Amino acid sequence: MGALHVLSTGPAMTFQDMGRRGYLAQGLTRGGAADTLALYEGAALLGQSSDLAAIEMVGMGGNFRADADMRIALTGASMTATIDGEPVAWNASHRLSQGSTLAIGGVRSGTYGYLHVGGGFAGTLLMGSRSVHLSAGIGRAIAQGDTLDTLPDQGTGTGNALPRDDRFGGGILRVVASMQTDQFDADTQDRFAATTFRKGTRANRMGVEMQSDGAGFFTANQLNILSEVIVPGDIQITGDGAPFVLLCECQTTGGYPRIGTVIPSDMARAAQAQTGAKLTFEFIDLTTATEIEQRAAASRKRLSADVFPMVRDPEDIRDLLAYQLVGGAISATADPFAKDKAP
Amino acid sequence: MTDFPTLRTVGLSGILIQFADHYSDSANRAALTFRAAVTDASMPEVTETSTSLVSTFISVDLSAAKPEGIIDQLETLLGDQDWYAAPLPEGRTLWRVPTLYGTDRAPQLIEAAEAAGVTPEQAIEELSTARVRVLNIGFAPGQPYMSELPEHWNIPRQQSLTKSVPQGALVTAIRQLIIFTNASPTGWRHVGQTAFRTFRPESDTPFALSPGDEMCFPSVTEAEFNSIEARDTTGDGGAERETI
Repeated sequence: MGALHVLSTGPAMTFQDMGRRGYLAQGLTRGGAADTLALYEGAALLGQSSDLAAIEMVGMGGNFRADADMRIALTGASMTATIDGEPVAWNASHRLSQGSTLAIGGVRSGTYGYLHVGGGFAGTLLMGSRSVHLSAGIGRAIAQGDTLDTLPDQGTGTGNALPRDDRFGGGILRVVASMQTDQFDADTQDRFAATTFRKGTRANRMGVEMQSDGAGFFTANQLNILSEVIVPGDIQITGDGAPFVLLCECQTTGGYPRIGTVIPSDMARAAQAQTGAKLTFEFIDLTTATEIEQRAAASRKRLSADVFPMVRDPEDIRDLLAYQLVGGAISATADPFAKDKAP
Repeated sequence: MTDFPTLRTVGLSGILIQFADHYSDSANRAALTFRAAVTDASMPEVTETSTSLVSTFISVDLSAAKPEGIIDQLETLLGDQDWYAAPLPEGRTLWRVPTLYGTDRAPQLIEAAEAAGVTPEQAIEELSTARVRVLNIGFAPGQPYMSELPEHWNIPRQQSLTKSVPQGALVTAIRQLIIFTNASPTGWRHVGQTAFRTFRPESDTPFALSPGDEMCFPSVTEAEFNSIEARDTTGDGGAERETI
């Protein structure tokens, strides 16, 4: 229990959980966290359910004051973070004491960062979820002056961390053929798979643009495609020939052709890449994709076994820069004899 | 030539059955009726179903379920009957939504009537007596695309977008009608205003409409409409409903 008071905030902080299922026929997509793996990581760090709501922060965080002792975890895109001025590690859990201020600043790698609390945020439960879905008109962004209540925390323990993976810097997105892939001729499909794209500036929770220098990717009858079901991961080719990877808040149907679908376990990579990051697409068959998804599901289940206490194994922590390793220690880069040297 | 219906996987998210590659009334009916049949069959792998204009989408986690099994079951079901000729599913709703045509609340009635080649009075007469079916819900939650108006209402979308029409706006183009869920820019012409809310997220029944429902938009006076707006707390906007 307890609450966080919002002292200041970036432009786009919202409550997110796994989103809403079962409403496709009524025009509402799942929504929920843009990087659901980060929700599983937060749950593993705090030893609680992955269905609890966290705060999703796009590009930058905000400042919060705790009105009670609580446990927090920070996952997803790493951002500068301090508690009462002391730097704290990302992808880790921490104790936040009553009256303390948690300051989360700008992003260092990735796009979507997450702040979890023990027990989860109360938010507003609508249609089975606490996820804010701005494009559908459900809920609103967190604003300065808000008081964010938390639910009772059943767990204990902080000071734990998880190793970071490499999903924050672009890379390969694996793709399966979809219902309209065969409307693109073989040359266009080959060129698509051979192109190195840059993540464009047109990017939000609905979709992300992939830019390239070459010609666009068109079908023979680009304009005559009937409006058809969309699923998250679909790679939609818009009128100017640029691909967009559609994310969790995409529309449920659309009339632009889709060249393929990014597999679910690569969706976090698509969402997290920063503007300008290099991305390529690799077509794989359905059997291979199934094996990858089953392995990803198994490793999500094992996440809590990957959690390690921060004091034991500092060399495994990829995020050393966030730590103040030893209070008052001599800087590793400063020359201790500098002042003795003659000018 | 493709033989319809076709059955294809959609990413790892499910299976799409397409009944045509262009809109037709019989293909839309087939999609709606087949969706109802899949729902009735209660297949354990199916998490949800939906329709677009002429296809049915079956949501299945293909990485958890072997696609061959569910595809076999769907193919068997497809062969059970002529879905294009099947009667529409029962238990749908006919809605009669009081509508204020024209005035400054729906300022494009006159221009839409001109495009359709009728007088504004004829336009109100035709729009307020048409009975249309919800073909598809999309673009925004709960937002219905309805068809089909008489042939002369096959008017194009505007070249430039209207900056914003309000929630509840009744708009038309290409022989179809839409009620807008939220205020939104549109290329469709704003011919009527309703107080009908298609999406009510705080309600136990957040979506008023389902694909296959039918709608009429009887004309009311400005005074009647103002009174409906003033007293409606449900979001129905004075609408009457009947099960069909």
